[in-house]
Amino acid sequence: MSSAASDGVDRSQLPPLRPVPRFTFPKVRKTTLANGLGVWTARHDEVPLTEFLLVLRQGAASDPVGHEGLSAFTTDMLDEGTGSLSALDVSEQLARIGAQLGVDVGADAILVGVSSLTRFAERALHLMADVVVRPSLREDDFERVRRQRLNRLVQLRDMPGAIAERVFMQLLFGDAPYGHTPLGREASIKSITIDDIRGFHQRAFRPGDATLIAVGDSDHEALCRLAESAFGNWIGAQPSGVRDGAALPTPARLNIIARPGAPQSELRIGHVAVSRSTPDYHALVAANMVLGGQYVSRVNLNLRAEKGITYGVRTAFEFRRFPGPFVLSVSVDRAATALAISESMKEISDIRDARPISAPELAIGIAALTRGYAKNFETCDQLARAVAQLALFNLPEDFYSEFVPRIEALSPDEVTQAAARHLDPTRLTTLVVGDVDSTSQEFGRLELGTPELLSPDSI
Amino acid sequence: MLLHEAHGCPIVAVNIWYHVGSKNETPGHTGFAHLFEHLMFEGSEHHDSGFFQPLQAAGASLNGSTNADRTNYWEVVPASALELALWMESDRMGFLLPALTEQKFLNQRDVVLNERRQNYENRPYGLASMAMLATLFPDDHPYHWTTIGEIEDLKTARVDEAHEFFRRYYHPANASIALAGDFDSESALRLVRAYFEGIAAGPAVDRVARSASLDADRNIYLEDRVELPRLYVAWLTPAMFAAGDAELDLATDLLAHGKTSRLYRRLVYQDRIATDVSASQSSREMSSFVQMSATAAPGHTLPELDRAIAEEVARLSDEGPTDAEIERGRVQAETQFVQRLQTVGGFGGKSDQLNAYNTYLRRPDYFTEDLGRYARVTHDSLRRTVKHYLRDGRRVTMSIVPRGRLDLGMPDSVPVAVS
Repeated sequence: MSSAASDGVDRSQLPPLRPVPRFTFPKVRKTTLANGLGVWTARHDEVPLTEFLLVLRQGAASDPVGHEGLSAFTTDMLDEGTGSLSALDVSEQLARIGAQLGVDVGADAILVGVSSLTRFAERALHLMADVVVRPSLREDDFERVRRQRLNRLVQLRDMPGAIAERVFMQLLFGDAPYGHTPLGREASIKSITIDDIRGFHQRAFRPGDATLIAVGDSDHEALCRLAESAFGNWIGAQPSGVRDGAALPTPARLNIIARPGAPQSELRIGHVAVSRSTPDYHALVAANMVLGGQYVSRVNLNLRAEKGITYGVRTAFEFRRFPGPFVLSVSVDRAATALAISESMKEISDIRDARPISAPELAIGIAALTRGYAKNFETCDQLARAVAQLALFNLPEDFYSEFVPRIEALSPDEVTQAAARHLDPTRLTTLVVGDVDSTSQEFGRLELGTPELLSPDSI
Repeated sequence: MLLHEAHGCPIVAVNIWYHVGSKNETPGHTGFAHLFEHLMFEGSEHHDSGFFQPLQAAGASLNGSTNADRTNYWEVVPASALELALWMESDRMGFLLPALTEQKFLNQRDVVLNERRQNYENRPYGLASMAMLATLFPDDHPYHWTTIGEIEDLKTARVDEAHEFFRRYYHPANASIALAGDFDSESALRLVRAYFEGIAAGPAVDRVARSASLDADRNIYLEDRVELPRLYVAWLTPAMFAAGDAELDLATDLLAHGKTSRLYRRLVYQDRIATDVSASQSSREMSSFVQMSATAAPGHTLPELDRAIAEEVARLSDEGPTDAEIERGRVQAETQFVQRLQTVGGFGGKSDQLNAYNTYLRRPDYFTEDLGRYARVTHDSLRRTVKHYLRDGRRVTMSIVPRGRLDLGMPDSVPVAVS
């Protein structure tokens, strides 16, 4: 490095890191309506927008065996009409006030959200209440939506990433609640009836099991009054439990879905790992940053920056109500498929013992998680989704305000040990969607046993 | 140099636009502006290692992107790391070349070839944009090729061209910097001056100016690894911010945005001949285009879709929008504006928008007027614009069909080659 450049500023070293003010999450205020619906609000005055987000504590994991996709199908039916309004009327009413109604079905929860300019917030919330509490669920709409959802599944056959995601969950979880994506499967979508939809709506959409999050430039009392006027008369069925998990399968170590002519191979490598309630949560978040959670992570520096065989690779622990997957995801140059698998597995294995997490590496990971933490909470939507996590996983009220100090207190040893506890190289399952010769020498050297050849239609 | 204080969140967005994109490339050298963007993340003279490391260690998020008209780079940092972001950005603006080696160049070229395979070649309908642009714009028009570029051009690109490219386009005379967020303008300006003022301005860059026109319909097809055929129709339209641009934005919205839109209602909801529809005015600096697309539902063919779309476009150009549609369009435009302005940084946030106005119009304060363009659209202006631009005799129609299933596409179409 040369010393100071001619422009008069010191370029011999980077400006030192300066302290970042302590982050505090806005106060969340909570009220419970007489019907049991929780109303949690946070104030955000930056722009004249208000967002409502209804959290329901059942998601795709609640789909009965054989009816995979039921929760998302039901949620899709909500805005297909309510009372005297047809599906088009509902959309027209929302469009007229520039409001967006969005739904999000995950493994553990259904989120229904609506966002609008604050001057339209009351109308937006009443429309949301109408579709959530009193959807028409008509037979004719049901058949149309079913056909759309089947078409969507047909289109996903063209997308290697989507194929990999669906098949990989099936490999890890089989018939257990996390073994399918919210979209379900062709056969299950075909077997669902309108009565199944009505039944699921009754079971899952209950005020006593739901929380309404509201974020905007209004105070708690005003938002609660809106919530009461829109949802006060919602009466729900008795609670029903979440389905118990079935036994997990033992998948082959190497699984291949052939895609003749594909220029890239889509890879998934992972195993069932850990639930959201683990005491190792913070340590695993930090470990994942070092392993594959950011641009400068070990796997990305190896596969992208050094070898140039991918546009990007990432790893993630999916923290859910029950143990969720740890997954490495990457799309690589076809010719480098075996190399990508061996290097990925080596990185996952090495971080546990051969190359434990070093102090400088952890410092970078911690800084990335903590120093920019405030920017995760800039918009109404970010705040509402953060509050939704508190409600969904019963997190302590100070979870976000305490996140930074908890992460900063981690030591390299602690983080390496958490990685060692929850990553198990002997259990890693690999899925390849691509055009590869699994009988080649390169694949043989991986020593992953006989590959299981799957068809995308077998799931 | 633009400054916007916003103290809601203790963060600052740094956003830099270089007024160079794939439109500055020439045939045989396509994909270069985007490849160059990658090189900007590989280190500069005084920090000759990855650009991401120190910034991520300081808590920044950062990224960059290239399109036909411009290349942008941004960091969102904790307020106390503003100086670091300016240090890094100024070092790569002023001192990139000593660190730009052949090895870095070749490595990033491979990463870009991976990106191309992942996002274009290995993605269903992923080659559509290449075929469409190549047909809308003549061979030597700078919008003829996509930003990712052609494989052969990428493979033959050389590091000395990168040096030449940098000298020509990456300097203060061709750049615009915007800061938005939690800072004090006076001290921020002092820092920007300290880090950037010493960098030589560089040669003025002539604006690329090329018009484009189509005087006949074109009808093309492409076979792809897809299950369902998809129809694309497109027309050349007025440039970004030119008269008619806002009208076509609203027109394509009322045709295909949301379930209330005309094409969705007709093709997906009522006739059930399509699984999805879309339409947009792709606004560009020299010339825009409107593109509509629809995917056939199983058992249906593209001529059915084409007929329905043509009828709806004709109805709009004959009868114009309803009052409710105009009102809806305005409220939606206002809401989208407010939503975008929630964030200081990133793609589309305040700082990015300031640079867009400054780079294209030299009018960073254009916010209110931009929204005003939509408020001024009338029944007649929208109808007339649609009638003038979205008509036969200047339309490109493209069928993307499953391999070997030409029977599902439009009759009399000619194959198009993409590379």
